[in-house]
Amino acid sequence: MGRITLDKVAKRFGDVEVIPPLDLTIEEGEFVVFVGPSGCGKSTLLRLIAGLEDVSGGQIRIDGKDATLTPPAKRGLAMVFQSYALYPHMSVRKNIAFPLKMAGMDQAEQDRRIDNAAKILNLTDYIDRKPGQLSGGQRQRVAIGRAIVREPAAFLFDEPLSNLDAALRVGMRLEITELHSRLKTTMIYVTHDQVEAMTMADKIVVLRAGHIEQVGSPLELYRSPRNLFVAGFIGSPKMNLIAGAEAKKHGAATIGIRPEHINVSKTEGAWKGRVGVSEHLGSDTFFYVHDTGLVDDITVRVPGEFDLKSGDTVYLTPEADKIHRFDDKGLRFE
Amino acid sequence: MSTQHSRSAAKLMIAPATFLLFVWMLVPLVMTIYYSFQRYRLLTPDRRGFIGFDNYVNFIDNPAFWSSMGNTLLLVGGVLVITIVFGILFALLLDMPMFGQGIVRILVIAPFFVMPTVSALVWKNFFMNPVNGLFAFAAKALGLQPYDFLSQAPLASIIGIVSWQWLPFATLILLTAIQSLDSEQLEAAEMDGAPALSRFFYIKLPHLSRAITVVILIQTIFLLSVFAEILVTTNGGPGTASTNLTYLVYAKSLLSFDVGAGSAGGVIAIILANIVAIFLMRAIGKNLDS
Ligand SMILES: Nc1ncnc2c1ncn2[C@@H]1O[C@H](COP(=O)(O)OP(=O)(O)OP(=O)(O)O)[C@@H](O)[C@H]1O
Ligand SMILES: [Mg+2]
Repeated sequence: MGRITLDKVAKRFGDVEVIPPLDLTIEEGEFVVFVGPSGCGKSTLLRLIAGLEDVSGGQIRIDGKDATLTPPAKRGLAMVFQSYALYPHMSVRKNIAFPLKMAGMDQAEQDRRIDNAAKILNLTDYIDRKPGQLSGGQRQRVAIGRAIVREPAAFLFDEPLSNLDAALRVGMRLEITELHSRLKTTMIYVTHDQVEAMTMADKIVVLRAGHIEQVGSPLELYRSPRNLFVAGFIGSPKMNLIAGAEAKKHGAATIGIRPEHINVSKTEGAWKGRVGVSEHLGSDTFFYVHDTGLVDDITVRVPGEFDLKSGDTVYLTPEADKIHRFDDKGLRFE
Repeated sequence: MSTQHSRSAAKLMIAPATFLLFVWMLVPLVMTIYYSFQRYRLLTPDRRGFIGFDNYVNFIDNPAFWSSMGNTLLLVGGVLVITIVFGILFALLLDMPMFGQGIVRILVIAPFFVMPTVSALVWKNFFMNPVNGLFAFAAKALGLQPYDFLSQAPLASIIGIVSWQWLPFATLILLTAIQSLDSEQLEAAEMDGAPALSRFFYIKLPHLSRAITVVILIQTIFLLSVFAEILVTTNGGPGTASTNLTYLVYAKSLLSFDVGAGSAGGVIAIILANIVAIFLMRAIGKNLDS
């Protein structure tokens, strides 16, 4: 259970076409992440799948059945909202019980499922508190708990971690990934966080202005981005994109080289430049190199520490087999 | 307002206002209490003097008193029920996107701006009048006997008029409360399989509880002292069928010229108001916490 197929699904708000017709298949048990810049339609797409918005065209199939006109409750999907959307006047237990109560489930089965969810998510300590008395991370867990008791065909997450602080995010990220490997239920996860997308996904869907730019596993996208947009979007720090004479040498309109694929030397190399800002993270060092005659700023990533100061001259050598070549339409070719 | 210094400065600065309010409240209260123990009739002002609790005994001993107590509570309770039930319905309606929303909202709010005497007179003469009123006209058009609202169901009619005046207030407060409900909560409930009616009872109504409490508390204060509507429509009659405590105090002190009895009634009204207040705070005050 949990195979979702979008067939020419489109969405217009008035005259504005937010999502042009789009095809996508989400396999059973897959962890799919939607990424893209702000306003590209990630939430809208998720809400279309959830049934919270009506499609303007096309068909949504869940497990082979046409669900385009099925009301949200009947689709068997559970959603975790960015604002958690817990019911403030109900205790944690009541919150989690709500979907079961609405389904008219008998009390014993309700209790069994709630206790099970509470155990998985470590909610037992505060199961009788109201959401107002919980921290952000605890609320997030309750929201997930409310989703898992329904035993849905798929989970939908809309930026569930964006209200949490950095440390908690890492923790919750792991928990959600673990939850997925334990439940093996389809999950669709919206984020604009690179790291979340790369670490959690089986399959990443990169969206731009409602278009699917590329679908693939995290490493596929990293190794062979289909076009300039995906190349620039996936990876942190961003890939260096160089056009002009240097690209011509490689027979391309634009070439791309990731910061971690450039070797740095103080004495010799292919490109000569001057160090601008350097960021020392301890584990890595990022240099922003100017005056190479290629682009304004080339970002370079060196593992560990590297003794270069602002204004020093530096030589850069790209790893030849890691250079991505793009044609004049921005598409990558080998 | 956290340091010792700023707190004492603040106290100092609000002291004059507090003092003024205190005097403003205290002087009339003390005078009322004083008169309530005096024999003081305006027709025989020379026979003034202390008479203990006689005014109270006489006031309470009067059958009109108990019926006026009942009427007061019925009036307050009836208007509260009507305004809150319809207020919620109107608020739900006005919250929906619909054609001409702005105009409808203004129309719904309008009655609140009409002063009580005027609206009561409009109801009395334009609608409820058994000869010329619109209701009588409608009844005749249907071949029915016109109903004389104000003499056959005086209290119910007044409850209707006062509800009409207060409905906008309740609607307005409840509408703003409904609009503050996070739409993701409703969507979550929808995904959780709650149909519209369950969403109302499990999500919207609990969200409204605080606003409903505010409406109840504020309206109770004003409804305990409804007066103008009674004066211009029924004069408390027929008999004492539509006399509330406020009107009875007025009748005692200004129609019977008995200041002592009127003051005793006033003190009783204060006590009643406090009992109602304590009862209300006990019953619904916890909604205001958190
Ligand atoms: N109800 C609506 N009416 C009109 N336009 C809308 C509506 N909802 C969303 N849009 C538009 O649709 C586009 C996509 O919105 P959406 O919320 O899906 O973006 P997003 O990818 O989730 O962005 P973010 O990362 O900021 O959450 C935006 O341009 C937005 O302005
Ligand atoms: Mg969004």
